[in-house]
Amino acid sequence: MVDALLDPFQYQFMVRALIVSVLVGAVCPLIGGYVITRNLSFMGDALAHGVMPGLALGILLGFSPLLVAVPAGIGFAVLIGFISHRTGLGEDTSIGILFAGMFALGLLILSVSDSITVDIEDILLGQVLGVSQTDVIITGGLAALVIFLLAAMHRQLVFTSFDPIGAKVVGIPVQAMDYVLLGILALVIVLSVQAVGIVLVLAMLVVPAATSYLLARRFVNIMAIGALIGVAATVTGLYLSYHFNLPSGPAMSLTAIGIFAAAALVKRRVTT
Amino acid sequence: MNQSFSNGSNGASEPRLIVENVTVAFEGFKALSSVSFTAHDGNLIGVVGPNGAGKSTLFNAMAGLQPMDTGRVHVNGRTAEHLDFLAYVPQREKINWRFPASVEDVVMLGRSGGRWRWFQRPSAKDKEYVRYCLERVNMWVHRTDLMPELSGGQRQRVFIARALAQEAHVFLLDESFSGVDVGAQKYLVEILRGLRDDGKVILMATHDLTNLAERFDQVLCLNHHVCAYGPPNEVFTPAVLEELYGAHGVTVTGSGPNHRHHNETNG
Repeated sequence: MVDALLDPFQYQFMVRALIVSVLVGAVCPLIGGYVITRNLSFMGDALAHGVMPGLALGILLGFSPLLVAVPAGIGFAVLIGFISHRTGLGEDTSIGILFAGMFALGLLILSVSDSITVDIEDILLGQVLGVSQTDVIITGGLAALVIFLLAAMHRQLVFTSFDPIGAKVVGIPVQAMDYVLLGILALVIVLSVQAVGIVLVLAMLVVPAATSYLLARRFVNIMAIGALIGVAATVTGLYLSYHFNLPSGPAMSLTAIGIFAAAALVKRRVTT
Repeated sequence: MNQSFSNGSNGASEPRLIVENVTVAFEGFKALSSVSFTAHDGNLIGVVGPNGAGKSTLFNAMAGLQPMDTGRVHVNGRTAEHLDFLAYVPQREKINWRFPASVEDVVMLGRSGGRWRWFQRPSAKDKEYVRYCLERVNMWVHRTDLMPELSGGQRQRVFIARALAQEAHVFLLDESFSGVDVGAQKYLVEILRGLRDDGKVILMATHDLTNLAERFDQVLCLNHHVCAYGPPNEVFTPAVLEELYGAHGVTVTGSGPNHRHHNETNG
């Protein structure tokens, strides 16, 4: 048993994978608390698919995909906000248009660049066992930035999320805060894609935070307990991925959903 | 309707709140037309009128949420910084009730002031003041409860505590009685009277005309313009009621098409 837990880490790639898994598991539920209380699930899923052209372009140009995906993700978030504020279309319609358009563009770029050996499955489903030294450093930097931003603007983000009108009256720039939140969401998605893949980022954004929402009452506790659940899910998923040669995204997502199911059986959140 | 309405109380002192010639138009339709009135310390005022009469628009304009085409709002003789002295309790539909904010958290939000601060943490003085505010509305025992778990009346009391925490002089409450049962409404009025006696200026928008005399000292009748302003048992003359609720249907003979047209632009 102990061997099964420790053996993998004689390999450098497993140490790197563990670091990335812990970071992804801890950071996703922090923004996830906002995602589940502000109905941003669809937005999160769309953002994840929207970074696809950025990732593809990074691979095509030979950069670390993360470096290209970060500005792409933030640009996508701003674009959604812009379209939903400027057109008469509903927000989810605007999201749907960009979601489909960007994902299609990403697939197109990847299919054109057949000279380069890219495993499309790794992008879609995640391959945490394959992360490089550079990826680890960038992931660490992005995670630190996300935590810093969420802590620095915690009060403003909470006020805006609970009572946007009241927040505006006391002088908080509510619309700017919405963009900031989407920007942070984009950062989290980009740093998570390598571990869980584009298709399943949503699972890490929503499921640990939702589990925590059943167990904890106050918002800060939902974030903290969510982070613990997230780490439990990603690290367990990593072991499953190593021992059974599974793609890491599905392994981590299903572990998170298993924890959620257990919590949902015993707890129900008291609502109005 | 350009004359200024004043309820005449405390005639000698300067009014705490002056609303002057406020006009707000949406695509040509005047939601508010030259609205002017003043209020003094210790005024508890009901802003009444039918749905769509511009009550929320007036509050939004006063709170700086809605640009005005003309007019000014003064609190303490100032316009630009008047928001520092003004607290706003939105309609309950505007709140995200899924967000798990605790009672104490919500009141603490009122302690922020308008200034942006990074990594903001409440000071000991803030915590003490929040306790005082929650005790004023008798909600301190519920301080760790979550907002979604509270009854309608309790929620309104927490928002009143948040307004108190802002140390505002003028309170704007938008439809605070909606979704609140009768007993709790009476208790809210009791709390508001206590604040009025402390010298606060309290304006509450309501479309509910029952028990106005028991609830408010003054009534501002609003139907896009100020129809009347004064003590509840004096303002409701037949002419004012017509202007508020029946003007187009009753007084203008054969005005069916006009009436309908007016309501359509009304939204």
